[in-house]
Amino acid sequence: MPRLPLQGIRALEFGVVWAGPYCGMFLAGLGAEVIRVESLKAFVPLTRSRGRTPRPSEPDPKALVSPLYAAPEGMPGARPWNQMPLFNPHATNKLGMTVDLLLPKGQEVLRRLIAVTDVVFENSPTQTMDKLGISYEKLKSINPSIIMLRMPAYANSGHYRNHRAFGFHIESMAGHVLQRGYADMDPSTLTNTLMGDASAGTQAAFAVLAALHYRRRTGKGQLIEVSQAEALIPLEGEAFMDYTMNGRNASTLGNRHPSAIQGCYPCRGDDRWVCITVTGDDDWRKLCQAMGDPEWCEQDGFGSPAERYSRHDEIDEKISLWTRSREPYEIMSLLQEAGVAAGPVMDPRDVFADPHVSRRGVFEEAFQEDTGAHLYPGAPYKMSETPSTIRRGPVRLGEDNEYVYQDLLGYTPEEYAALEEEGHVGMDYRPDP
Amino acid sequence: MPDQALSHIRVLDFTQHLAGPYCTKLMADQGADVIKVERPGIGDVARRLGPFPGDAPHPEKSGLFLHLNTNKRGITLDLATEPGRDIARQLVAEADLVVESFRPGIMASFGLDYPALKAVNPDLVMTSISNFGQTGPYRDYRGSDIIFYAMGGEMSATGLPEREPLKLGPNATLYQAGAAAAVATMGALFLSCNPDDGQPIGQHVDVSIMETQLSSVDRRMTALLAYQYAGKITGREDWGFAGYPHGVFPCLDGYFAITGAGVYFSRTVEMIGSPEALQDPKFHSLEAQTDPGLQEEFEEVFYPWILSRTKLEVWEAAQKAHVLGAPLNTMEEVFNMPFFDERGSFAQVDHPEAGPITQPGRPFVMNETPWALRRPAPLLGQHNQEVLTDLGYTPADIASLRQSGVI
Repeated sequence: MPRLPLQGIRALEFGVVWAGPYCGMFLAGLGAEVIRVESLKAFVPLTRSRGRTPRPSEPDPKALVSPLYAAPEGMPGARPWNQMPLFNPHATNKLGMTVDLLLPKGQEVLRRLIAVTDVVFENSPTQTMDKLGISYEKLKSINPSIIMLRMPAYANSGHYRNHRAFGFHIESMAGHVLQRGYADMDPSTLTNTLMGDASAGTQAAFAVLAALHYRRRTGKGQLIEVSQAEALIPLEGEAFMDYTMNGRNASTLGNRHPSAIQGCYPCRGDDRWVCITVTGDDDWRKLCQAMGDPEWCEQDGFGSPAERYSRHDEIDEKISLWTRSREPYEIMSLLQEAGVAAGPVMDPRDVFADPHVSRRGVFEEAFQEDTGAHLYPGAPYKMSETPSTIRRGPVRLGEDNEYVYQDLLGYTPEEYAALEEEGHVGMDYRPDP
Repeated sequence: MPDQALSHIRVLDFTQHLAGPYCTKLMADQGADVIKVERPGIGDVARRLGPFPGDAPHPEKSGLFLHLNTNKRGITLDLATEPGRDIARQLVAEADLVVESFRPGIMASFGLDYPALKAVNPDLVMTSISNFGQTGPYRDYRGSDIIFYAMGGEMSATGLPEREPLKLGPNATLYQAGAAAAVATMGALFLSCNPDDGQPIGQHVDVSIMETQLSSVDRRMTALLAYQYAGKITGREDWGFAGYPHGVFPCLDGYFAITGAGVYFSRTVEMIGSPEALQDPKFHSLEAQTDPGLQEEFEEVFYPWILSRTKLEVWEAAQKAHVLGAPLNTMEEVFNMPFFDERGSFAQVDHPEAGPITQPGRPFVMNETPWALRRPAPLLGQHNQEVLTDLGYTPADIASLRQSGVI
C-alpha cells in the first residue's frame, strides 16, 4: 500500500454529531490515525444514539420512519450503537477507544494519550470540555507541540460560549437560511438542512492541515478555534458584499439563478424532477433545438436574456410541459448532448444506479461486524499516487481498546483488566449503577 | 511580514469563478504565495458577475471577485500562445502546487496537463476541480450550483413534500467543493513539501464537485447509508423530528427556528416561563407529542408567547432552557451583530479601484499563525511586471509580450 499523506500523525477525536466527526473523516481518509474517544456510560445525543442511552435493540418503528435511525432489516441488533446511519458514514478509517474521563484514572489515561498525540479536536459546548478536564493549556503542558482544534457552535469565550446548535441553527443565525426557501412562501415553511456542519467540518480539516504544515516547518503547535457560525460567513461572500456595497438584504430566489433561466421541473413518474440552467443566447438556442424548436420559442419577447428573465414564469410553464412527459435521465442526456446544463434530482436509488457514480468508484464496500458489508461514500477526491480508500469499516464502540491501552500506552494486561472492571474499557453500553 | 502557516508554499492558480478560487483563497489567506493567472483583457468570469457597487458592472469592482481573490497576486497569460505556455511552465517549475478548474481536457490542449507539468516539476501537486471529475461518462457535462445539489446533494429531500425539491442558498455547493479541494490539496502537499522521510511524492488530485456533495454535505451521507441499510428512501417529509414545537416560527421581529423541542418537552415549558396550563401531566408523555388536539392546546399558549418576543429574546430563553433554536437573521442583522463585530469576523479592505470595502474575513482563528489580509484582490495583470522580472524577463521583453497580447 502506498504511503498516505498523514501517515504517522495521530489525532484524538472528541467529535459529536456531525461537524467534528466529519473533520475527523477527512484526516482519517488522508491516513492519520484518528482515535475516537468515547464513554461507555453515556452517549452524546445524535451520535451513537438518538439520546444519551442506546436505542432499543428490537425492531424499531422509528427506524422505518427516519433515515437517522434506519437499521439493516429494521433490526438495530445487540449493539445498536454500532449501526447508526447518522454516525457510520463518517466513522470509516477511524479507531475507537473508551474511557471515563470523569474518573481520576480516566484523566491519567488522557495524560498518557496526549503525550503521544499530534492533534486533538472537538466540537462540544465549552463547558462540556471543561467538565472532561480538557483545555489547550493543559494539553500544551503535557505536550508542547500539540495542535488543538476547538469547534464550538459560536465561540469558546464570551456570552455564546455554551450556546448549543445544529447546523440549521448556525445557518439561520449566520444569514444562510433566509437566502433559501420557496420565493412565493413565508419563511415559516423552511425545513431543516445541515450543510453548516459539513462546511465547518471541512474548513476545520483544512485548518488542522495548515497547522500541521506549520508545525513541520517550525516545531510549533497551536490552538485553533473554528466558530461554526463565523466559518459560514465567507460562504455567503456575494450576499455580504451586496449588503456592504449596496445595503441590500439578500432574500431567496427559490430555485432561480440571478440572471440565467433556471429551475427544477417535473418529469414523468412519481416525484421525479430535473434541474436545468440556461445561460445566455447560445444556451437558449440549444435548449429550444433540443426541445424540437417549439413555436413558442420563436415568439416575440424571448429574444434577449433580459426579456426572457422577465418572463421566467411563462418559460417555466412551457419547459414543464416538455419535461412532464419525459424521464429525468432522458432529459439530462438530451440536453447535455446539446450542450445545455441539466441533471436529475437524484434520490438514493438513482445515486447507486448511476453509471457515472459507479464508474468513478464514488462508493466503496466496507465491512463491520455488527452491520455487515455495505457501500460507503469514499473520499470526495481522487489522488493519483496515494489514493484515499476506505481501509476499514465504521468503527465500533471501543473496538481498539487493546491496541490503545496496551500497545500505545503500555498498560499491562492486569491493569487493562482493572480498567475493564472499573467501566473504562469495553464494547458495550454500561451505565453507572 | 509575519510568518503564516503556509508562507512557504507557492501556488500557480489557473482557476476561475467560485470553487477553485475559494480553494486557493483559503491557502492565500494563510500565507501561501498564490499567483493567479487570468486571460489577458478578459480575466476571471467572476469579474463580470456582481454584486457591483451601485449595480454598475466594472471588472475591478465585482464583489464576488474581490471576496474570492484576497491575498493573491495576479498576472495575465494567453495560454493559446507558445510564449504564454512557456511562461506558465517556468512558473510551474518554481511552484509547489498548480490548481486549475478548466473543463477536463483544456489543460491538455494547452500542453499543460499533469504529465506535461510533472516533466517540468516532478514534485508538483496539481489539483483539478471540475463539474463531474476528469473521468467517467459525465466528464464533459455542464453543471451549475442547482445541478450539483440535485445530482450530488440532498435536494430530493429538501423542501416541502407537496412542492418541487428546493436548492440551498446561493452557491453553497461550489464553496463546499472549494473547501474540500483545499483539504485534499493540503494533504497531497504534506507528501510533496519536505516530507519527513525526504522522499517527496508529487501527484494529481481530481476533485469532482458532484462528489464533494455525495460524500459530504448535509444529510446526504446519512440518507445514502439509510438506503444501504434498510432500503429507506428519504423524501421531503421532515427528518424524524416528530412532535412539537419543531419548525420555523414567526416572532415579533422576524422568524425563529426550533428543532425537535418535543423530545425534552419540559425544557420547552421552562423556556416559555412554565405557564400553569402546560404543567398538566397530559402534555408530558410520549403520546402527547403525536396528539393533534394537545398540540393545538399547546400552540394556544406558545404562539402568543413567541409572537410577543423578539428573536433575541426567544434565543436567550431557549438557550437558558437548553432548547435547540436560533434566529433567522438577515444580512443586515448578521453584519450588525455585536458577536461578529467583537470577533472581527469582517475585514476592511482598501482596493485601488473599488475603494474601501468591508468584506468577509477569516473563517477561523489560529492563535499562532493568524489569518491576515496582506493585499486586496489583484487588478487584472497587476503583477505581470513583478512576476516576469523575477523570472528574468527584461523590461523590453515584457513590453514585447504585452504588445503581442501574450500578457
